Amino acid sequence: MADFDHQALPQLVNNPQDWSLVIRPQRGLFDLRLGELWSYRDLVWLFVRRDFVSVYKQTILGPLWYLIQPVLTSIIFTVIFGRIARLSTDGLPQFLFYMSGTVVWTYFADCLTKTSNTFITNAQLFGKVYFPRLAVPVSILISNLIAFSIQFLLFLGFMLYFWLNGANVEPNLWVLFTPVLIVLMAGLGLGFGIIVSSLTTRYRDLRFLVTFGVQLWMFVTPVIYPVSAIPERLRPLIALNPLTPIVETFRYAYLGSGTVNGLNLLYSAGVMLVVLVAGVLLFNRIEATFMDTV
Amino acid sequence: MTITIRIEGLSKEYRLGQISGGTLREDLNRWWARARGRPDPTLKIGQENHGNRQGERIWALRDITFEVEQGKVLGIIGRNGAGKSTLLKILSRITAPTSGEVKIKGRVASLLEVGTGFHPELTGRENIYLNGAILGMSQREIDQKFDEIVGFSEVQQFIDTPVKRYSSGMYVRLAFAVAAHLEPEILVVDEVLAVGDAEFQRKCLGKMSDVARSGRTVLFVSHNMSAVARLTEETIVLNEGRLVLYDQTPRAIDYYMSSGFAQLGERRWQAGEIPASAAPFRPLQLRLCNARGQVSESVRSTEPLLIEFHYRLDAPITGLRVGLYLQTARGETVLTSFDTDDAAQFETYRNRQAGEYVSRCEIPADFLNEGRYVLGVNASSYRVRRYFQDEQALSFNVDATGAPGSQWTEARLGLVRPRLSWEIANQGVRSDA
Repeated sequence: MADFDHQALPQLVNNPQDWSLVIRPQRGLFDLRLGELWSYRDLVWLFVRRDFVSVYKQTILGPLWYLIQPVLTSIIFTVIFGRIARLSTDGLPQFLFYMSGTVVWTYFADCLTKTSNTFITNAQLFGKVYFPRLAVPVSILISNLIAFSIQFLLFLGFMLYFWLNGANVEPNLWVLFTPVLIVLMAGLGLGFGIIVSSLTTRYRDLRFLVTFGVQLWMFVTPVIYPVSAIPERLRPLIALNPLTPIVETFRYAYLGSGTVNGLNLLYSAGVMLVVLVAGVLLFNRIEATFMDTV
Repeated sequence: MTITIRIEGLSKEYRLGQISGGTLREDLNRWWARARGRPDPTLKIGQENHGNRQGERIWALRDITFEVEQGKVLGIIGRNGAGKSTLLKILSRITAPTSGEVKIKGRVASLLEVGTGFHPELTGRENIYLNGAILGMSQREIDQKFDEIVGFSEVQQFIDTPVKRYSSGMYVRLAFAVAAHLEPEILVVDEVLAVGDAEFQRKCLGKMSDVARSGRTVLFVSHNMSAVARLTEETIVLNEGRLVLYDQTPRAIDYYMSSGFAQLGERRWQAGEIPASAAPFRPLQLRLCNARGQVSESVRSTEPLLIEFHYRLDAPITGLRVGLYLQTARGETVLTSFDTDDAAQFETYRNRQAGEYVSRCEIPADFLNEGRYVLGVNASSYRVRRYFQDEQALSFNVDATGAPGSQWTEARLGLVRPRLSWEIANQGVRSDA
């Protein structure tokens, strides 16, 4: 009888399903717990809302800034690079050319710079309560996507205006590829961003490097010039930049000028996958103990 | 009885000082060498690879093993740096352990998290949802409890106003209301780090008792022995990261108070900590002694306590006064006192020659109320110059066991708890004329 009790009891207590949570030192490399992130989707959504609602509070123009920013940037580019420097725009209206580049580039650049601060700006929050840390960069991606959509609609509006006025713009079937381009940009921005944010927990220098680096990166991406304006021998070099095919394809799809090359896009997708996987793995690794080093 | 928390062999190691092994280049080198299975190139020849440099590491927790039954209120005591907060951080998954395992049944929440993630630009309503989600509530759960939370917080009128317009009281009330409706299976309360006014702290402790009464588990970290005695049945004592005792609360407190663990009532100033502007005054050490003359971090309110400030003058100083500031942990000043307050004393020590001194004073028994206090020191010549000041030289606890009124378990309001002489006179039966 005693035997029976002894056998039954430990099994009851040790039944692994009884524990709702087991905390262990180092999780497996691929134990990403994305399911947990899904269960916190309400939080991701509220972060998106918070970012969106709070950014333009106490500003006079409010969300109008989402529209003003790309228009002003495009005007400035038109004046400086178009009128003064006289860079080629592949025969496209200069304003539309720069706007297409700016809108696309801004989404990638914002995703990168904003996610790269994840650990530093949220140290206080992360130090007090647990939730899947990936919720923060993912929410940044989504709120930037909203901003991008607004700016993209604006771009379509300008495109229509120029088209009605007889400008030489030829949208084609590649526009169906837009979602793919967005995913590529989001993935690259997130991947690079969380790599940087993971590394900044140890090397703070990277924070300063990011703002600077993203600016430089823009100049090696065909944002203010078309690939066709680049000397032939430098083309392979600029093709190394995974952003090049994305910006070029976008421009070709909506404006009908530029170069589209499936192989180059595939290359971008490959880079995105590598960077994103490396980023998530690194982030996952840092997340567990970063409070000790911040 | 069911076990809600099981901790097995839990250890946590911290690296002190420099966080990384050096520069990015050095780290990359080391990583690359490791990836190829080569020895670490940044180590000196003959140096063993002990993970990293040994001297820079400390164990905040070392091989902790214990279990907590469901519905228990467990006290966790130990002096500063004993590992109490690290333990709570691991339990609430803010940081991961170095080795060992924790198994938990149910949701863990902490009253530390009050107001976490509140965004000043968002309205009260928006913040309830955001804060709730951060604490792990689903949107549906918050929807259900929304009215209750708003009612509890008493800020109905301002629920659609940005919280940056709130008074600090309203802010804390709203934040607490969200945390209080979380209904975790396990509640973690770190009184050491808890901020807020006395009223708020009382609310926290009240909430804690409610949780315990409803059959859920509470872990309570505190320096305040009377609160631990009042609220818990069992207590663990931590010392230098190790679990030294797990027993009934009265026995655990007795053990902690009588063993050397509580002793830290001492502050020594190293050469590097003293600003050059202090010369010729040089602070040496500040000590807090209990009635038996032992240096201690915890003293009883029913016994006198002795404060000793040792210092050296490298040159004579005229009109020097050396003094103490006594504040509560919440920053209320209890008293200020100088060693030359007495007019005769002031005349005697008008000029102090170079040499070593000690200024000593006694705080009488039955004077301070229970709680945590901060002792500051100051050395100045009135209207001439301030030589040295350290407003937080050391902190200590006052335990009110046996103090006036301790037959009632409630916390006493007030900074002081004197034994006043009361007279009760029976005036007889008054009859109207």
